[in-house]
Amino acid sequence: MYTETEIIKDNIKAGSETDLIINIGPQHPATHGVLHLIVTLDGETIKKIEPHLGYIHRSIEKMCESLSYRQFIYVTSRMDYLSSHINNYACAMCVEKGLQVEIPRRAQFIRVLMSELTRIASHELWWGAMAMDLGAFTPFFYAFRERETINDIMEETCGARLTMNYMVPGGVMYDIHPNFQKRVKDFIQLFKSKIHEYDELVTGNIIFQNRMKGVGYISEEDAISYGCTGPVARGSGVHCDIRKLYPYELYNEVEFDEILETGGDSFARYLVRVKEMHQSIRIIEQLIDNIPEGDFQAKTKAVLKLPKGEFYTRAETARGELGVYIVSEGGATPYRIKFRSPGFSNLSALEHMAKGSKIGDLMATMGTLDLVIPDIDR
Amino acid sequence: MFLKEYIKDVYSGVKSLLIGMRRTGKYFITPREIITEQYPEFRAQLSERFRGEVVMPHDEKNEHACTGCTACELACPNGTIKIITKFDIQPDGKKKKAIDTFIYHLELCTMCNLCIVACPTDAIKMAQNFEHSVFDRNTLTKKLNNPGSKIREGIE
Repeated sequence: MYTETEIIKDNIKAGSETDLIINIGPQHPATHGVLHLIVTLDGETIKKIEPHLGYIHRSIEKMCESLSYRQFIYVTSRMDYLSSHINNYACAMCVEKGLQVEIPRRAQFIRVLMSELTRIASHELWWGAMAMDLGAFTPFFYAFRERETINDIMEETCGARLTMNYMVPGGVMYDIHPNFQKRVKDFIQLFKSKIHEYDELVTGNIIFQNRMKGVGYISEEDAISYGCTGPVARGSGVHCDIRKLYPYELYNEVEFDEILETGGDSFARYLVRVKEMHQSIRIIEQLIDNIPEGDFQAKTKAVLKLPKGEFYTRAETARGELGVYIVSEGGATPYRIKFRSPGFSNLSALEHMAKGSKIGDLMATMGTLDLVIPDIDR
Repeated sequence: MFLKEYIKDVYSGVKSLLIGMRRTGKYFITPREIITEQYPEFRAQLSERFRGEVVMPHDEKNEHACTGCTACELACPNGTIKIITKFDIQPDGKKKKAIDTFIYHLELCTMCNLCIVACPTDAIKMAQNFEHSVFDRNTLTKKLNNPGSKIREGIE
């Protein structure tokens, strides 16, 4: 077995005598989880970064093979727990594709609304954590003030705050709570009255800008070749929003802009996420008053059986493209499930971004990648 | 030219810091807008859909609605629920299936709500209790049906 000490020894052997090897993680406050980076330094300059994964590997893909098509969806909430709705959404869509179920229009509205609320909640948390990585502590509380409102809405309608398991094959688990529309409108009002504080506190701040601009540059070609998706790639100008390219369900009916920045550095990625929150609010505003009456769930059989074949769907989570691939042998459980998670590909570009820069900039680069470690390990 | 740029940078830098400090100062002098709540004194009012733990409601005659069909046991992804059934002898001499013990492992439960959805008679529901920490892990394995309880009349 290739142990951790051997990896470190090999690194020492490969480098010159002046190289310094630093282990960042697995328990490090700036890695937001159990990510282990073996960083080779020449003085203060980064020569090499080797991410060492597997600390939170729970073999979710293998677990899914033993669960039925209704049961496996809840496990995917635990992958990228900040956009759990969208993970569940992608899985439910994949099962529906196999079953060829038409889901009611009301359910589609609820699903898109929930996805966009989740996206805002995820970006809010990222914004607070990002500022905390760079040494500002209070933005975390400003972000959580708004995020808590979304969590309360989720709790009221879905029954849980983080791992909701609200999307089921055929629609959603319950109808929306009677208070839902009013509370979402209150949230939009609150968000619009408070969002300028974010710009005043962090975006315009000279210390923040100097630490972000020109740090962690990745070009458009490199972003494509590393397989980056989501705000990381859009910060480099790659047109990659799945909601625009392959619109699923309602996304071709609502109006919103795909945010593209051409800077390619950490500040561009920061701007993409902050602007995406405004676009999500725009989508919610278009849908919240027009939820049609009707069923919230299509009629499905008690035991779901997908026909023999392969099914693939993709969805745009808060971090990028999530692909769900199901191979069915015709039984009640999937033969094989594969998730293409956005965090893994985005992490692979970290070495390219941070090579040659100073170790202090590594945290700014890593913060804008918005890594969720269970999403990388699964 | 360089000096002009430098002074401009310093001016805009100081201005941006002051804008941020004004926002912080505003919250410093208006503590009413701070939303922190002290936990043990103020507890969250959770909505009726919140998933805390699975409970089986009994009415005043100590009767429940569980027929022992094991739909929840089959729906559970984690093996949280185990139902042991028995056969009751009816007054007319016929045997009827009923639950003996409804075992619920709270330590395995992920609150995914699939058992509640699967139940055909609404015999189980989610309680809004969220303070689950105990000193002994064994106390988390619960027996949901009350001792001496039986199935409500008219539920098949």
